[in-house]
Amino acid sequence: MTMLPASTLIALRDASVAYGAVQAVRNATMRVAQGDFIAVVGANGSGKTSLLRLLHGVVAHSGSREVLRPAGVQAMVFQRPFLLRLSVWNNLRIALWLAQPDTATALREERAEEALRRVGLVALRDRPARSLSGGEQQRLALARGWAVRPDILFLDEPTASLDPSAKNDVEALLADFAADGMTLVMSTHNLGQAKRLANRVVYMDEGRIDIDLPTADFFGSGTLGRADLFLKGKLSWSLAG
Amino acid sequence: MSAVLESFATAFRLIVHADPALVRTVALSLAVSGSACLCAAAFGLASGAWLAVARFPGQRAVLLVLDTLLALPSVVVGLAVYLLLSRSGPLGSWGILFTPAAMVIAQTILVLPIVTALARQVVADALRDGGDQLRSMGAGALASAVLMLMHERWAMATVMLIAFGRAIAEVGAVMIVGGNIDGVTRVMTTTIALETSKGDLPLALALGFVLLVVVALLNVAIALFRRGSSPLAADLR
Repeated sequence: MTMLPASTLIALRDASVAYGAVQAVRNATMRVAQGDFIAVVGANGSGKTSLLRLLHGVVAHSGSREVLRPAGVQAMVFQRPFLLRLSVWNNLRIALWLAQPDTATALREERAEEALRRVGLVALRDRPARSLSGGEQQRLALARGWAVRPDILFLDEPTASLDPSAKNDVEALLADFAADGMTLVMSTHNLGQAKRLANRVVYMDEGRIDIDLPTADFFGSGTLGRADLFLKGKLSWSLAG
Repeated sequence: MSAVLESFATAFRLIVHADPALVRTVALSLAVSGSACLCAAAFGLASGAWLAVARFPGQRAVLLVLDTLLALPSVVVGLAVYLLLSRSGPLGSWGILFTPAAMVIAQTILVLPIVTALARQVVADALRDGGDQLRSMGAGALASAVLMLMHERWAMATVMLIAFGRAIAEVGAVMIVGGNIDGVTRVMTTTIALETSKGDLPLALALGFVLLVVVALLNVAIALFRRGSSPLAADLR
């Protein structure tokens, strides 16, 4: 058995995810290391979201998924964040209560306050979470993820449905999180965003991890086969299938 | 036609002057059906949410039985409770047959499947939407069930309204286990049935009208609650 580097947080070996007859992830082998900011890119239906769920451990799989720091905290921000029909503040409090039931209430509330400040939602703390705009809801979801101080934060297309201004806000927050040393794994269709934020790019094609390279190499090599077509926007429906 | 109009006029007078017999009957109806719904809510909301999150062998069979019980005829419930509570029945020693307590038991059994099945469906739908998110946040089955009940509290209020509507409008079960005793177990529906058979249409009409008004008022209360106008709603936000 190959020894994994000490910085490894999660390692996949030949891991697959299937939904009935549909094979969403095929024999994925990769590792996530401390301090990584990985952008998972690929066409629609290529298995990006399923790979994130597999890494996060919320989906049944075959093959091996090893968590090297079992006590480490993970959080995930979904593409359409699910917010409880409660206030902004109570959504944060519940997330912290679920993640850290043994932490003193006062400390949890302090962290919730800090998370609200970090995403700029202090003024909206008593508003019903579901009445926020799309960008604000995404910022709340990020605050909820960040508040539990995760070792790894998974983000499933966190800016997919946001306007440019809200997108910039979210990108700035993610850059801040990364600068703080948080490990991030993000799926995205936005190649510019992957280039700006990530230090590693994983390209998925038909459920397989086709390419896993440092960002500069991914965007600079120009000899990536089907990934080149994807980068140039030429991976049409017929070619993608 | 004039007889019908005259009945309406008399019914209106009975309501406006708060006829004591009318008030007593309405109060007992509300107390019995309200108590039955509270009991059904305590068991039904919890077990419905649990059925939505739990996975166990035979679950499909349980759900099939539950869905079948939605169509439970009230007279069958009345008969079953009568057999249980009658002097020779297993619970005959309680001595509560032909009392409001027996009526509460019968109506609880009648509406429990409704509350359980609808709560299960609402929570299951909510979990399809947010189950992954809750699991991701570390919520186990119990925490997910409780959070989804809280999340869907307006839908649960509507479920309870449906249950109350079923309870207060049924006649078969309360007639059998209550006995329709004047001043003791006579409720709106059993009075309507009795007075209609006696040809006393005004009281029957007045009670029918009150029945509709009660349900309409509950609908308004739920709508106001949903709009967050009550202090409780503000507290929950």
